[in-house]
Amino acid sequence: MEANARAERGYGGNLPAWALGLIPLALIAAAIAAFALLGGPGLGDRTGPPVEEVSVERTVLHPGEIELTLRNDGPDPVEVAQVAVNDAYAPFAAEGGREIGRLGSTTLRIDYPWIEGEAYEIFVLTSAGGTVEASIPVAAETPENDAGFFGLMALLGIYVGVIPVGLGMLWLPFLRRLGSSWVGALIAFTVGLLAFLAIDAGLEGLEIAAAAPAAFGGTGLVFVGGLAAYLVLAGIDSHLSRRSREARGGAAAAGYLALLVAIGIGLHNLGEGLAIGSAYASGALALGAFLVVGFAIHNTTEGLAIVAPLRDGARPTPARLLGLGLIAGAPAILGAWIGASAYDPSLAALLFGVGVGAIARVIVQIAPAMRDSDGRYLYPSSVAGILAGIAALYLTGLLVSV
Amino acid sequence: MDDQPKKGISRRRLLGGAALAAPAVAGLTALSRGGDTAVAETAATNGHGHAGHSEFPHASFAAGRRVDHARNGFNPTEILRDFDHGRSRRLASGRVLREWEIVAHDREIEVAPGVRYEAWTYNGRVPGPTLRAREGELLRIRFVNASEHPHTMHFHGIHPSPMDGMPGIGENRGGGQVEPGESFDYEFEAAPFGLHLYHCHVAPLAAHISRGLYGAFVIDPRRGRAEADELVMVMNGFDTNFDLSNEVYAVNTVGFHYVDEPIQVDRDSPVRIYLVNALEFDPLNSFHIHGNFFHYFPTGTALEPSEFTDTVVQGQAQRGILELKFPYDGDYMFHAHVSEFAELGWSGFFRVGDPSRLSAATAATMYCDLPWGKGSPA
Repeated sequence: MEANARAERGYGGNLPAWALGLIPLALIAAAIAAFALLGGPGLGDRTGPPVEEVSVERTVLHPGEIELTLRNDGPDPVEVAQVAVNDAYAPFAAEGGREIGRLGSTTLRIDYPWIEGEAYEIFVLTSAGGTVEASIPVAAETPENDAGFFGLMALLGIYVGVIPVGLGMLWLPFLRRLGSSWVGALIAFTVGLLAFLAIDAGLEGLEIAAAAPAAFGGTGLVFVGGLAAYLVLAGIDSHLSRRSREARGGAAAAGYLALLVAIGIGLHNLGEGLAIGSAYASGALALGAFLVVGFAIHNTTEGLAIVAPLRDGARPTPARLLGLGLIAGAPAILGAWIGASAYDPSLAALLFGVGVGAIARVIVQIAPAMRDSDGRYLYPSSVAGILAGIAALYLTGLLVSV
Repeated sequence: MDDQPKKGISRRRLLGGAALAAPAVAGLTALSRGGDTAVAETAATNGHGHAGHSEFPHASFAAGRRVDHARNGFNPTEILRDFDHGRSRRLASGRVLREWEIVAHDREIEVAPGVRYEAWTYNGRVPGPTLRAREGELLRIRFVNASEHPHTMHFHGIHPSPMDGMPGIGENRGGGQVEPGESFDYEFEAAPFGLHLYHCHVAPLAAHISRGLYGAFVIDPRRGRAEADELVMVMNGFDTNFDLSNEVYAVNTVGFHYVDEPIQVDRDSPVRIYLVNALEFDPLNSFHIHGNFFHYFPTGTALEPSEFTDTVVQGQAQRGILELKFPYDGDYMFHAHVSEFAELGWSGFFRVGDPSRLSAATAATMYCDLPWGKGSPA
């Protein structure tokens, strides 16, 4: 009996629980300190030459000057020795110092008479003779981050996010005239749209992450962002759906689904705005009527996705529709601001992942609404709807990727 | 557009049009900003705009930093006039025997300010010592390999095969490939007269040569050459990241060295340049001089020049002798007329006489406002 009692209480005697929690932490800290003080006993000297991994985080062009922000992504410090632009050494100043510690960064201001419209290849020569390469496909002056620029980005966000989504929502009256047999197909159409967006955003996020410093997670950030967004939305959903069921019963379900779709698309548009803003800031984006029209048509389909669940139930108020449109479209403005002023590939990859996770959660959420009377998800008209949704985004996507 | 890995936004593909529209705008940009340097003015009249004002007189390394020649153990300015005649004595037969000892070492050198390179060297320097003999002398070069890698000394000249420094040939006489810790005496007659070179011939060849195992080998004609200020220039380059192309180009190893320290020569007195191309990875190199012409003696094997020119091109291991006089005081650039090499380090200046003695009128026409002139610390 005595032995059993001791076993139940376990190790640790009479120590309080907090102390038991703290002891391992203290031991870990002591072990790390001892290991560091003794210089890693038993490991010997490192083998091989130092590893230099440096990524170019940002390229900014001012008249007569090219600015590169470098991030040391490797395990060893890296010292910048010289810089050459298009195979010519050029004078430069290192704002954060020439030596970059692990995960540290520095900004090189290179004195070079670049010419608008030309392409530049830059190599940074390290003290160990390694090279870090950066390319500028089309040189153009980087816009200053002043009020006018933020205004322009806001306008851009409104053009590509808010207005098209709003226009797409104008299909609501048309949808409400359609017979009830169309419900499943419409929801399926939305699912198809969302699936395409998720794939598109996922691929784009992975592409960006490939260029981001591996030390901050690289491509893993897309998955982390996606998983986090999915889980957070699932948590919010379980909280909200209980409340809305209690409050108004099933009638509010349609409006709730629309809200979910709007949130998912909004998170997606945050990533899209980020991409557009950073492309504009880096000079890779020419803003033209053609581009804006392309995005408008492309994103109009997103508006359709939001209103599809509203086919049934009470007629939504204009204010409510406006709110849904802003939730879905306005994040493009925020994204454009972030992308143009503080673009960071790691952040962008994370945000694209968030967009994917959000959309995945929305698909899971609205998919039940497309079931037919037998409870099947996939039947001829739902399959046709999904394919039509994918085709709609694919075809309108061609307008913005010529 | 496709090779833009750092930004990765697929939608910018649509914007290929940006490249087409931009040049039209560029000219306006430049004119409106009014570049005030000579470079910008020239560019604007040519219809190419510079996007603004720049302090970019010519390619150069970052300011405020020099190569540590003491730590390198050699200085390109000293290499210019450093001829190694070895030890000589007259044999009973009446011929002169000339002897050197050359030791191969692995050694880290600085090839551009702040850029270190794990070089393989003859006698601790790159290029190796300039060996100088007279036609018909007997030469004995004791080669000691203190490097961690096998090496040889392969001389360009006329000699029997065991003395060729070629792995697989002459091992039965202790020659061929010389392993670390071993040594070998190369013995042959100095022939033909001219300007030659020596280098390691162990495979992989490009790697062994580009690491720094080469040097100039001068054989004077029996009657000698006319008195002159003699300079050795070994054109070379360094593939610091081992991607089989050079990051730094130079004459006598240190990029832009003779921009920082112009080569001082006298006005109206003969100058003779022993020019050797030891560059690897690039098939051609060249030498061009500003404001002057020279007589060119390919390989130095004839006493009559083949050409009077201001630019010569040399393939790998080609070499020749240049003879010239500078009629005017001032700073005169010399550089590879492969412009890429020039801007990656292979540029320098001759400083003739005392540029401060120039009359104001002369200076105005040949010195002041030219962009290159700004680079010289007057």
